[in-house]
Amino acid sequence: MTTTTTATNNTATAVAQAPAASADPLVIDGVELTSRLITGTGGITSLSVLEEALLASGTELTTVAMRRYSKQAGDSLFRLLERNGIRILPNTAGCYTARDALLTAELGREALQTNWVKLEVIADEDTLLPDAVELIDATERLVDQGFSVFAYTTDDPVVAARLEDAGAAAVMPLGAPIGTGLGILNPHNIELICARAQVPIILDAGIGTASDAAIAMELGCDAVLLASAVTRAQDPVTMARAMRAAVQAGRLAAQAGRIPARRHALASSPTAGLIDPVDGGDIPRGDWPQAGQQ
Amino acid sequence: MDTTQEGPPVPTLTVNGAAHPLVDGASLLDLVAATIDRPLTADGTPEDGGRLGVAVALDSAVVPRSRWQDTRLAEGQTVEIITAMQGG
Repeated sequence: MTTTTTATNNTATAVAQAPAASADPLVIDGVELTSRLITGTGGITSLSVLEEALLASGTELTTVAMRRYSKQAGDSLFRLLERNGIRILPNTAGCYTARDALLTAELGREALQTNWVKLEVIADEDTLLPDAVELIDATERLVDQGFSVFAYTTDDPVVAARLEDAGAAAVMPLGAPIGTGLGILNPHNIELICARAQVPIILDAGIGTASDAAIAMELGCDAVLLASAVTRAQDPVTMARAMRAAVQAGRLAAQAGRIPARRHALASSPTAGLIDPVDGGDIPRGDWPQAGQQ
Repeated sequence: MDTTQEGPPVPTLTVNGAAHPLVDGASLLDLVAATIDRPLTADGTPEDGGRLGVAVALDSAVVPRSRWQDTRLAEGQTVEIITAMQGG
């Protein structure tokens, strides 16, 4: 009956630990977020579908662009996020220079009454890749002005470190260019960035499907920010649910500690106590090269 | 504004990229309240008690909402009235 007792104990332990497992908040700038999925809002035409998708994603933080007030749209997006209790992260999307980004950040702070800003300084319209020089300059200046800067950057570990040194509250390397859905092009770099960082690392841009988000978390990212993968999916609400589950799964897997990858199979069943082969003889061994041999 | 009419030129501002008639003595508060069609108190908050997701830049400098009432508009100025939109 020993096994039964152990199984019961394990179940009891698992139940006791369940609340602790969910209490794994993401802390940014002293604020605790339960969800590690941060969402964008671009790429969807229907505000009601966007709202449903945001709720399905479980997100607690959502980024918005700052644009001219129009009679047609009014402040409907602001109201949508407010009534659902979703914290708003204004961004500087569309800015090509530190100077433009600073003015947009100030407008976001004034309009939305938050010091948080997702800083995007883009080099050109075709690649939408971050301009590292302008980005570091803008980060330093915004930090001086009391902003909590979420810096959207390339997957260059050295630039990520520079942004942290400049005082960024979070560093957000891209997996792939915005809107491409190519996933994580350089997982080695993302892992390096995460391993060194003292501030939260948020994988931003490039996510195409749920497995990409899970991989980002497994590589050590603290959160994932995505927009198009949900908003441009054929079924945004279902994809939002998938992303929510993927981020949770990836986080758990990262904490659980994966098994090392091996070259050859490793039986999970014991070899001791195996019955003799009916036809006699030894267990067949393949003639496969060992690691380092070819 | 009807620019085809004869008569002295009407003083204008540029508001969100478009020409806009300047009402004599108008404050930034008046302009914002008219643009968003929502009455505002003297400190720039909505009279309905809700929150205001709007910011203003006057000639490329942000003007805090607490200063909108005391900011008189002048001919030729450029005003940007900004809010949260989908993107990023």
